[in-house]
Amino acid sequence: MSYTSKSPWIIHYDGSSCNGCDIEVLAALTPLYDAERFGVINTGNPKHADIFVVTGGVNAQNAPVIKQIYDQMLEPKVVVACGACACGGGVYQECYNVMGGTDAIIPVDAYVPGCAVRPEAVMDAVVAGVQILEEKRAALKAGKKNRSAADAATGAHASCANVPDTPGAGGAGVE
Amino acid sequence: MSLGIGSVIGIVAFLFAAPVLGCLLAGIDRKLSAGLQGRVGPKLLQPYYDFRKLLDKEDATVNGAQDLYVLLYLVFIILSGVVFFAGGNFLLCVFILTLGSLFLIVAAYASRSPYAELGAQREIVQVMSYEPMVLLVAAGLFMATGTFRVEDMLAAELPAVRYAPLIFIGFVYVLTIKLRKSPFDISMSHHAHQELVRGLTTELSGKTLAMIELSHWYENILFLGWVGIFLLWGGPTPVSIAICVVVCLAVYFLEILIDNNFARVKWQTMLKSSWLVALVLGGINIVYLLFI
Repeated sequence: MSYTSKSPWIIHYDGSSCNGCDIEVLAALTPLYDAERFGVINTGNPKHADIFVVTGGVNAQNAPVIKQIYDQMLEPKVVVACGACACGGGVYQECYNVMGGTDAIIPVDAYVPGCAVRPEAVMDAVVAGVQILEEKRAALKAGKKNRSAADAATGAHASCANVPDTPGAGGAGVE
Repeated sequence: MSLGIGSVIGIVAFLFAAPVLGCLLAGIDRKLSAGLQGRVGPKLLQPYYDFRKLLDKEDATVNGAQDLYVLLYLVFIILSGVVFFAGGNFLLCVFILTLGSLFLIVAAYASRSPYAELGAQREIVQVMSYEPMVLLVAAGLFMATGTFRVEDMLAAELPAVRYAPLIFIGFVYVLTIKLRKSPFDISMSHHAHQELVRGLTTELSGKTLAMIELSHWYENILFLGWVGIFLLWGGPTPVSIAICVVVCLAVYFLEILIDNNFARVKWQTMLKSSWLVALVLGGINIVYLLFI
């Protein structure tokens, strides 16, 4: 366990949900459930967040927003889809404007069932997300090591690693 | 300035102990805040975990210059602390710290993000708010002890607070701004859920954000040092050191209480109230010092 798993900062985005899951997600952050015990902070900022908590389905209007938030988050990052709608569209699945669950747009790491999700389930998902975060961090580190070894072998510079527009899904670490 | 053995110990202690103490202080802060809100709260070392996590994040910079500015912010805060804890000139310490805070503002402007720019504008207002009182602190300490050198202030026969009690209260008032505590955390809140996202640090991430955290740890210890300078006397004597530690902790606890009990104010209220405090408390005290 590294420090990454001890300090999962989350960003919460509400897609086209009925607000039921949002209220439960926020409930998980209230004193009663006290998610800060696990180091969880609700940042409003994708650049500071490690875990992207999405509630509600994806429609044409919020798809670019979800994509944007995901792209602005820095590796290692994890996406948690909270509730039936975020998992696969839920009751809105057949609506003309709904494109489906979160995974229609970005890769999802953890799915939380429920309509609406319970705060306990949200915290369970964050803890599960932390495990994946940890794996990604290890992969990122191994990737960096491999790359610098490869660079040393070929004589290439490692300084080109900081390309700002790394193509969205998958992220920088798993090249 | 010739460096005595005391100065060298002061410098080394500040460089290595200040981040540790600052980190513990931040942890205690979060624990106590959680307690006041009826929560269990994070672990004591949570700020350290956050710091280490940030070091592990991917590098991403909006504008290459901003990392340099944040580094200079850190460097000047450390330099300011070094001047203070080496027993150097208090006025120099104040000015170097102001220079550091200007670099943070420039770093926020460099990102060209609306949130960061608005945060930077508000930070300028915050600097405007606390700076008069801080300068009055320097003036008051000089008039009370007859020197700007921290070393010599410690050797005074009576603590400076004996001569400058109102300036001390005024300083504690603006300390809320400097520590970025709630009624006055308008440029950058520790609690990110606000209209400015994270204000100044919205566009800073990973290692750069970790640097900001480290600067805060140094900065908070330096500010408690400023509180302490009012209370030390006679060399300083062990009794005065004990009093100083107790009062520093009490002041920090007071700041946590204020943080948890007051909603944020508008910048106008902050500017007016802090200038009023500086003018009334600082002014009366300076006049008193002129006549004794």
